Amino acid sequence: MDLPDIKGRYGAFGGRYVPETLVPALDRLQAGIERYLHDADFQAEFINELRTWVGRPTALSHAPTLSKRWGADVYLKREDLAHTGAHKINNAVGQTLLAKRLGAKRIIAETGAGQHGVASAAAAARLGMPCVVYMGAVDVERQAPNVDRMKLLGATVVPVTGGDKTLRAAIDEALRDWVSDPDGTYYSLGSAVGPHPYPYLVRELQSVIGREAREQLLASSGRLPDVVVACVGGGSNAIGLFHAFLSDLAVKLLGVEAGGRGAGLGDNAASLTFGTPGVLQGSYTLILQDTFGQVRETHSVSAGLDYSGVGPEHAYLMKTGRVAYESATDSETLDALAECAKYEGILPAIESAHAFFGARRFARKNPGAQILIGCSGRGDKDMPILQHTLLREMR
Amino acid sequence: MPAVAPSERISHAIEETVAKGRPALVGYVTAGFPNRRQFKDNLKVVAGICDVVEIGVPFTDPMADGTTIQRASFAALAGGVTLPWILEELQSIEPRHAAPIVLMSYLNPLLAFGIERLPRTAAQAGVAGFIVPDLPYEESGDWNRALEAEGLALVQMVTPVTPPERLAMLCRHARGFVYAVTMTGTTGKSADGRFADVPTDVLDYLDRVKNLSTVPVCAGFGIRSARQVARLAPHVDGVVVGSALVEVMERGENVGAFLKSLR
Repeated sequence: MDLPDIKGRYGAFGGRYVPETLVPALDRLQAGIERYLHDADFQAEFINELRTWVGRPTALSHAPTLSKRWGADVYLKREDLAHTGAHKINNAVGQTLLAKRLGAKRIIAETGAGQHGVASAAAAARLGMPCVVYMGAVDVERQAPNVDRMKLLGATVVPVTGGDKTLRAAIDEALRDWVSDPDGTYYSLGSAVGPHPYPYLVRELQSVIGREAREQLLASSGRLPDVVVACVGGGSNAIGLFHAFLSDLAVKLLGVEAGGRGAGLGDNAASLTFGTPGVLQGSYTLILQDTFGQVRETHSVSAGLDYSGVGPEHAYLMKTGRVAYESATDSETLDALAECAKYEGILPAIESAHAFFGARRFARKNPGAQILIGCSGRGDKDMPILQHTLLREMR
Repeated sequence: MPAVAPSERISHAIEETVAKGRPALVGYVTAGFPNRRQFKDNLKVVAGICDVVEIGVPFTDPMADGTTIQRASFAALAGGVTLPWILEELQSIEPRHAAPIVLMSYLNPLLAFGIERLPRTAAQAGVAGFIVPDLPYEESGDWNRALEAEGLALVQMVTPVTPPERLAMLCRHARGFVYAVTMTGTTGKSADGRFADVPTDVLDYLDRVKNLSTVPVCAGFGIRSARQVARLAPHVDGVVVGSALVEVMERGENVGAFLKSLR
């Protein structure tokens, strides 16, 4: 259970594959984590920020209509209610506090859907640090409301026009920025991906989601769920939700990836379902690649899941069988999103809607099951996409 | 294995040039850029002037590279360049170039080719070593052993921010040459501003590397002019010219004339 090991490995996965320039910076980050992360003062400040600024604990909502429609007992962990609208803020606050303690002068971040960018911009503003956010040019287009939010929060948004112009290109560009100033810059990585110690750090900062949900569910229903369901792109909300349940072996864990248009290479972003082992952006994990080791572009209706790799701990948890992973297509996801909005009065992010579809499929096969869904974010930022998809069909 | 291991061919080539009183020139080309057809001709020109040739294997996520090499990489990939193709091209060169060839590749294309097959195939194609920018020492054990079994060098990079003990450790394990990165940042930063004159602190750092290393030391990143080469020459055994050379090819200018201008 005590993973990662000292080399940042989760079984065969993980590690630290970075240019030599970043090795001392990652060593410093590792030392900073050991020094501060579980230190009483740091934790007190972190918990206080989560409570008084982020709005934790987030609610656990029973979903009566979905329960009835699906023949299940459905609960939602409401990360959409966290400040800035998604779970990303937990990690952004934690890493920005750490950056301050490490003496960094500026924060850089990458973003896909814009949620980690907004969270980083907000946390940096709150703690008085300048912030630069790298965002793929395609995502700047499709997540426009978030770009403007970042600007209002004082961040500089840099559109990335190289590579695949989505999350992967944004991470590449953030790494290039960091290589240029490894001493003064703190790279606040938004998902449980990248070189060690990031997957570990992000998991530790996000595991508050699962700890709260487990306690809340026990208090309200008196039992643990039959299954916990979360969407998986890089996998930060999923690992944050799953982690508290890993040793509850009777609780099934289900990760839902972006199935996009289908199973073909380039048609989805389901690295666990369709990927093969390789090294991408600092980590040995499962990635979507061709036979020559070139990383393939992905497709998903959700910018936040549109990534060719996945956190190494998920690759490990799939290998050990502790977590089952499947995927939901774009249209299945939008259907689940519409259902949740209409019947529960909650507009989930398109990312999170993948988990709703996975949960519905589980419910059909397991009548009467108690299901905990990670509602990782809210869907307001998805209005431009929804206008072109769901709303067009409704007209 | 031949009498002289390929990794030693690299050090010898650099040392022979230094013995003639000038710094060795390591020239970088992205394989198959600007197109596959010209690859062998370009290589011939570069190998005819440079003492070591570094051939870039294009990759979709070149995180240590600046805009020039990114552009060249993406163009090469769009043109269908793959590692097997590169090795086939090199295999077919007759006679082999005197200048040793080093492949610079991110790790994933090497993993896809396979650690079991790649060292031998590369050695047979005349490759003398590898530079793998996203494979730090701690992760390099398997590759080091596999390459060394064929006498190939895994060239180690060091940087201005490498702490002293680590620098000593990396230099101790170096094969072929030590690639001393001149600055924090990606490849190809422009020669404008501070680096045009190579600051004294960079020269001091290169002196430290030189003192620690038992193999030749070559400086790379941001080297574009004869003036920089002249300033670096007393402190290192050679210089690596990458982005500037790729840009010359991009503009369709005379590669040979540019390289000669650096000597």
